Amino acid sequence: MNDAPLRIFIVDDEAPARSRLRELLGDLSAELPNVVVGEAANGQEGLARLPDTAPDVALVDIQMPQMSGMEFARHLARLERPPAVVFVTAHDQYAVEAFEVNAIDYLLKPVRAQRLAGALAKAAASGPLDREALARASHGPRRYLSVTERGRILLVPVAVVLYMKAELKYVTLRTPEREYLVEESLTSLEREFVALFVRVHRNCLVARRAIKGFERVTDGDGEGAGWAVLVEGCEAALPVSRRQWPAVRSLTSA
Amino acid sequence: MGILSQKDQAESLPDFRNLGVIARVLVGVNFAALIATAVRATTLEELAQGMLEIAVVMEPALLGSMVLLYFASPALSRQPYRAGIATVFAIVVSLTLASWGLRVAASEDMGAAAAIRSVAFGVLVTAFLAGYFGLRARAFSPALVEARLQALQARIRPHFLFNSLNAVLSLIRTDARRAESALEDLAELYRMLMADTKSLTTLANELEVTRQYLNLEHLRLGERLDVAWRTEAAPPEAMVPPLLLQPLVENAVYHGIEPGIEPGTIEIAVYSEGDRVHVRLTNPYHPEHQHRPGNRMALANIRERLALHFDVEGTLEQGVVGTNYEIHMVMPYRRAPA
Repeated sequence: MNDAPLRIFIVDDEAPARSRLRELLGDLSAELPNVVVGEAANGQEGLARLPDTAPDVALVDIQMPQMSGMEFARHLARLERPPAVVFVTAHDQYAVEAFEVNAIDYLLKPVRAQRLAGALAKAAASGPLDREALARASHGPRRYLSVTERGRILLVPVAVVLYMKAELKYVTLRTPEREYLVEESLTSLEREFVALFVRVHRNCLVARRAIKGFERVTDGDGEGAGWAVLVEGCEAALPVSRRQWPAVRSLTSA
Repeated sequence: MGILSQKDQAESLPDFRNLGVIARVLVGVNFAALIATAVRATTLEELAQGMLEIAVVMEPALLGSMVLLYFASPALSRQPYRAGIATVFAIVVSLTLASWGLRVAASEDMGAAAAIRSVAFGVLVTAFLAGYFGLRARAFSPALVEARLQALQARIRPHFLFNSLNAVLSLIRTDARRAESALEDLAELYRMLMADTKSLTTLANELEVTRQYLNLEHLRLGERLDVAWRTEAAPPEAMVPPLLLQPLVENAVYHGIEPGIEPGTIEIAVYSEGDRVHVRLTNPYHPEHQHRPGNRMALANIRERLALHFDVEGTLEQGVVGTNYEIHMVMPYRRAPA
């Protein structure tokens, strides 16, 4: 352990909750040297500010508008040197159960100084959260997908993604504006967003709302004619595999 | 006075001024008359004839009884149940006899047998209705209602309690006075939540509780929560079920304000129109957050309590209007006893 004070970043949508944590951290500074390097009132703001402050630990509220604390932590994990995360919640039965099952540490509001000190020390020692455990503990699909570009985290709202295509190690996200590369598996994306996306091919998921129609195409491999799905908002015609065709076709007639 | 007695007793007379009660009595009695005639009649003509016979004696007696009971209702509800029900029987029997007497005076061919039949019918139907209303009151009443109300009360979100306590803690060092008044608000809100909710309260009281609740929410949400009160035309002395408005406003905060990053406005309009009290509640609508649990259950609970207190005269409608979510609640305008 070194002597540098623990660098802490606070994310909570309620201003009084943030100032309470600051107070407690001040009280603890004799026994656990620490410095609050930044704070944010929601997940998006947190992802924009946190990377520059290089904190050791992030104190993250679970229930926040637009992006839950859990989702925030999952995006945070994209950073090259992600901070350790300690979740704080007033009362969220679901999250608390999920934390217990996945051995993720959390604090209950109102937070006691001693519990806070304990959780910070433990988090600083054990480092960033395990991504898999975090994904397992999450409830419902994320609202954003995240990519890192030049050390920053870019958020892509799932609602604007037209299709996702697996390419070697990456998955390409196509939005009306551009493409992004994310490091996730198409299979887990399919499982998470099954309500919004449909698999049209072994390597491709298309947003259900973006399906414009179908057209007949001849396969380049000379395997004969097949179908391609036309996507709203871009030029692409994505081949539909023979196996997926019945399921995909039934979507539009419904 | 609602369908439920304000006293903590199982048996009480129905509220004869309630539209639901009146409708149930009218339909019940006429249906019983139809059955009674149909059992005796062998042809359709006999049925019509029988109905007519019964109608000339029964209908005036029935309507007369309902009018008398309407006016006697407040006095009757102050009586013990036995005295009250005895009075009801007395009214029914004497009006039936009076109605029969009138027919005889009008030199219609009606024997004493018809009088006995009519009185017997009146007594039977009244006894049946008394039993029905008794069962109905019991079904909605003490133990069961208590359990339901408790479930409803427990619904005030723990999330709110703990966040409020946390917000108060954050104030203690910097603004002790605000911390004090916040704790007072919290204490009063919880006193209300734990109180006996069977009796009605004044609208002024209910608005005050809602204000205290919103003070606490304001503490933690700050400028994200904007409230527009339109209560200039609210009749402060109107009697309403306690904790009917507050849970609706809590819902509005939970679904309309908390999911938003930008500030949002909750509009609370309360006014009277004729013999009705209207409550209109508007909050920003976040379609993507409708998976937040609890809304449907809370509304179902409120509807149930409206029905318990006001039968068909209490209504609640909700819907999405543009970018807002709107709730419109209507209750009969009952004045506080002087």
